[in-house]
Amino acid sequence: MLRDITLGQYYPGSSPIHRLDPRVKIIATLLFIVELFIVNNFIGFAICAAAMAICVIVSKVPLSFIMRGLKPIIIILLFTFLLNIFMVDGKVIWTLGPLEVTKEGLITAIFMAIRLILLIIGSSLLTLTTTPIRLTDGIERLLSPFERFGLPAHDIAMMMSIALRFIPTLLEEADKIMKAQQARGADFESGNIMRRAKSLIPILIPLFVSAFRIAQDLAMAMESRCYRGGKGRTRLHEMRFHRKDVISMIVLFVFLAGIIVERMLVESDI
Amino acid sequence: MENIIQIKNLTFDYIRESDEGSETIHAIRDVSLDIPEGSFTAIIGRNGSGKSTLAKNLNGLLLPTGGKILVNGWDTADEAHIWDVRQTAGMVFQNPDNQLVASIVEDDVAFGPENLGVPPKEIRERVDEVLKSVDMYPFRTKSPHLLSGGQKQRVAIAGVLAMEPRCIIFDEPTAMLDPQGRQEVMRIIRRLHEEGKTVILITHFMDEAAQADRIVIMDDGRVIADGTPGEIFADEETLRRIRLDVPLAVDMAHRLREYGIPVPADIITQEKLVEYICQYK
Ligand SMILES: Nc1ncnc2c1ncn2[C@@H]1O[C@H](COP(=O)(O)OP(=O)(O)OP(=O)(O)O)[C@@H](O)[C@H]1O
Ligand SMILES: [Mg+2]
Repeated sequence: MLRDITLGQYYPGSSPIHRLDPRVKIIATLLFIVELFIVNNFIGFAICAAAMAICVIVSKVPLSFIMRGLKPIIIILLFTFLLNIFMVDGKVIWTLGPLEVTKEGLITAIFMAIRLILLIIGSSLLTLTTTPIRLTDGIERLLSPFERFGLPAHDIAMMMSIALRFIPTLLEEADKIMKAQQARGADFESGNIMRRAKSLIPILIPLFVSAFRIAQDLAMAMESRCYRGGKGRTRLHEMRFHRKDVISMIVLFVFLAGIIVERMLVESDI
Repeated sequence: MENIIQIKNLTFDYIRESDEGSETIHAIRDVSLDIPEGSFTAIIGRNGSGKSTLAKNLNGLLLPTGGKILVNGWDTADEAHIWDVRQTAGMVFQNPDNQLVASIVEDDVAFGPENLGVPPKEIRERVDEVLKSVDMYPFRTKSPHLLSGGQKQRVAIAGVLAMEPRCIIFDEPTAMLDPQGRQEVMRIIRRLHEEGKTVILITHFMDEAAQADRIVIMDDGRVIADGTPGEIFADEETLRRIRLDVPLAVDMAHRLREYGIPVPADIITQEKLVEYICQYK
């Protein structure tokens, strides 16, 4: 059951998207998120969706893989959809007992849903096409200008990459502990929410103990392999802007400008 | 042959803090050993005898309470050379999961050389070379958590090899592996020794210790025996006293001798015994 989580999964490949500099991809994802909030009409969304579709096709990541990333957020999606549909005031088009659905509510709900879906697809494409190390290396390099103001860029990136590395290990550990407790008669599946939450305590405490033991072992292993922070460290994968990266950056900013112009020209749908 | 590691009157105490005050645990009491370059030494002893503590001292992860350790002439307590010490004497730990740092095999192997500031092009060469030498090259872009225990341990060995150490200390590298994984790892360890690396192997498996050219037995923080496998296994009384078994092959040879078959004393591994029996007329 815990194995279904696919957070930060990488889909190996060598498409042009895979080979882009991670910094370009991180910036692209951030810009895309900003653009999703700039857009205020359906034509704009259609343009964003089309751009996204082109990236997905070029990346050669199967659609089923991308859709899998949407599964865990279906509940959030439904929740925001319903909230918007019923909560926004305006012209009533449908009544359901005490609840009223308004035209504005329906449009806002659809808007938010599209926004969320595109947002998730956009960020999954980033993690699907970038190995965790490249991703955290990219973040480190993007944050490094702020080191002057005391931001520990290297440490943040190292912590993130270790967290990503140990998610599967900790999930396995949790699975093992759960099985061990079940073998002793623990019951995680029945009872009300309070009872179920309580039954998690015998899992969480051993899991914490394991996490500390793992952290201790790992710190030893890292030290014995001469880890001493970011100073003087070199990298297997050098990060250098190539022509394709520069061109991509130009395209990204032209697209951003296009989205802003589109917002000014086309009437808002909200 | 020159000694790559010299241990001089080493003592090590752990201080354990508890509610009733602090308690001192003498994990190592006066150990002196010389490890010649290119040798293959096995360290055995029961749980809590101080083997892991000794290993961590060799690598500068723990610093001696008393006495000193020289690695290639550098004192492990000398902060100016701590990174030289760790690069010269690499360490492979027991749990393969908890010593892999990166989510991709080749990134993990690159971790050591990256820390040493090796130029990227050379890191690439080293990574490819060591992954080939532990037969893990085809898995270089895989995620470690999808590998078997034996494969993970081989990646960990590759990660240490990539720093180009002259000596490698293995702390029970096969303890968490299935029989096949154990064999894979032992094959690599033997090969490293043949290629001239100094190997120190801490193990609970007597058949693994029998493959070394020297065995050191530790008990209660002291070295109580030190000799060739032949000498060590001949002294069954000591082994029995600290509840260590002799390897199956040694036991067999012993019983065959009781039946009047003159098995030579230097036959201590299964392969050699099988060979001897096949040729026996
Ligand atoms: N971090 C620690 N703090 C306090 N005492 C410790 C610590 N680590 C080990 N000890 C104690 O030091 C002694 C030697 O432990 P060590 O781990 O070196 O033994 P070992 O020979 O490696 O045993 P094993 O075969 O179980 O691995 C033991 O009595 C142990 O309880
Ligand atoms: Mg130990």
